Amino acid sequence: MSDTFFTAPPHWQWLVILYFFFGGLAGGSYLIAVLADFFGDASDRGLARLGYYVALPAVGIGGLLLIGDLTRPERFWHMLVMSERGWPILKYWSPMSVGSWGLLAFGGLAFLSFLGALAESGRAPAALSVLRHGPLARLIAGLGGLGAFFLAGYTGVLLAVTNRPVWSDTPLLGFLFLVSANSIAAAALILLGRWQGVGSSSMARLARMDRWLIVLELLALIAFVLSLGPVARVWVSAWGVLLLGVVLAGLVAPLALHWRPDLLGSLTAPAAAVLVVVGGFMLRVVIVLAAEAV
Amino acid sequence: MPEPMGFFTDTTVCIGCKACEVACKEWNQLPSTDGGANTLSGHSYDNTRQLDGIHWRHVKFVEQFAADREGGRWLMMSDVCKHCVQAGCLEVCPTGAIIRTEFDTVVIQSNVCNGCRDCIAACPFGVIGTNPVSGTAQKCTLCYDRMQVGLTPACAKACPTESIKFGPIASLRRTARARVERLQGQGRTRAYLYGDDETILGGLNSFYLLEDRPEVYGLPAAPKLPSRNLVPGSLWSGLGALLVGLVGLVSFRQRRMEENGATRGEGRRNV
Repeated sequence: MSDTFFTAPPHWQWLVILYFFFGGLAGGSYLIAVLADFFGDASDRGLARLGYYVALPAVGIGGLLLIGDLTRPERFWHMLVMSERGWPILKYWSPMSVGSWGLLAFGGLAFLSFLGALAESGRAPAALSVLRHGPLARLIAGLGGLGAFFLAGYTGVLLAVTNRPVWSDTPLLGFLFLVSANSIAAAALILLGRWQGVGSSSMARLARMDRWLIVLELLALIAFVLSLGPVARVWVSAWGVLLLGVVLAGLVAPLALHWRPDLLGSLTAPAAAVLVVVGGFMLRVVIVLAAEAV
Repeated sequence: MPEPMGFFTDTTVCIGCKACEVACKEWNQLPSTDGGANTLSGHSYDNTRQLDGIHWRHVKFVEQFAADREGGRWLMMSDVCKHCVQAGCLEVCPTGAIIRTEFDTVVIQSNVCNGCRDCIAACPFGVIGTNPVSGTAQKCTLCYDRMQVGLTPACAKACPTESIKFGPIASLRRTARARVERLQGQGRTRAYLYGDDETILGGLNSFYLLEDRPEVYGLPAAPKLPSRNLVPGSLWSGLGALLVGLVGLVSFRQRRMEENGATRGEGRRNV
């Protein structure tokens, strides 16, 4: 028996699962926006703006969810400042500590990019355009892009740096969450892009990106289950059925819809995107709650 | 600097009276129940069930009986926080609430803890839980307040059979090794010490004399630190970032290349 089976569950449940989802969405959306800015062309500006518009509220909701999950929420600032001495506290070897700072830093950068996007579309003072175009904007997007990678992946590392079954029996959760976060974000932007009038060429690139991410996530998920070794027997349970459901409905089905774009007519692309978003959420539900139940 | 202090728990003389549990609850003013209802285990004479935020001592009953109830044995073990020299809880705590004291013990400062519960997931022994009264993570403090004024922790003081011994680690180890030798001499050859040296998490400042495999007592055979996954997990995430970045780059770059190609094609047509 793995030594991880002698531990106690931390009762990280729905608020944490929702945070993992919104944090991933925030990081993924921001990253796609940065990719569109750095490697796309002028016609991708609308997509980039949309990415920044999604990232800020998602990271804000995520932060509130995390605070709400604390059993002493009014002490949330103890994550950043030593309450008795007033000095900042950062433990680089504790993902919870680094994550708190990362969330704060990314939130700040996402806010600046959000303002820049507003300015570009004329909904904020034109002076704020320096946050969208020019060297300062590129610096913000570059740093924010790194923060986005961090936010999308660190939650998996946080689960691994414990002693709980499944979570700490594999080093692959960060990898899996990072890929899945970007897949969720691409799908969410496909859905919002139709409604927000993002150009069709941007949408096609987004769909192509998500196709590759789904394939990558499928491989990551297989590697994750294999890497558990004997602990993989926890999936011989209702959780395993749910995980299989995630694989079939959240990965294989959308991949099939990408493969045959005429399968459901004009509904094919949004159906695939909805499946990816729901599948990404359910992946987090299964991984967090399966370990809670052991 | 005081010496490292701790517990040596000799399970062979534990009679399962749970006086230690009661003494611990009284001294530390822990509630008897979590919210009012008494939870019975339903499958054991032991109804404490586990260590958590309101149970800092737990006398485990290992009840091993044949199906026909002919043969059987009881193993009793008063379990507690191990005050690991390399402590997983202390490692992950983001607020600095968990500290190592001058006695080499591990204490959660309840006025600092904000209840993120990372330490609960990190503890290799499942010792920590949330105390519903304080709303913070709590566990045995090895009676830090009593030790500071030279008193013995409440559980060790109450133990009627001296199964729980308190003292400086160095002398506890000598006592424990002599006890194992004596038991072995009496033919109890399975007796051994768990956590008395550096092999388990740098040493457990609360260590045990056992007579069966650790798993039988609900203890992990080779507990590890949570940080073992930090570097591999981060490296794999870095690889993931690289691959995702590559996918994104290719997806958005391709258009530029196509457009450049189209521009060149138009150029040729114009010629």
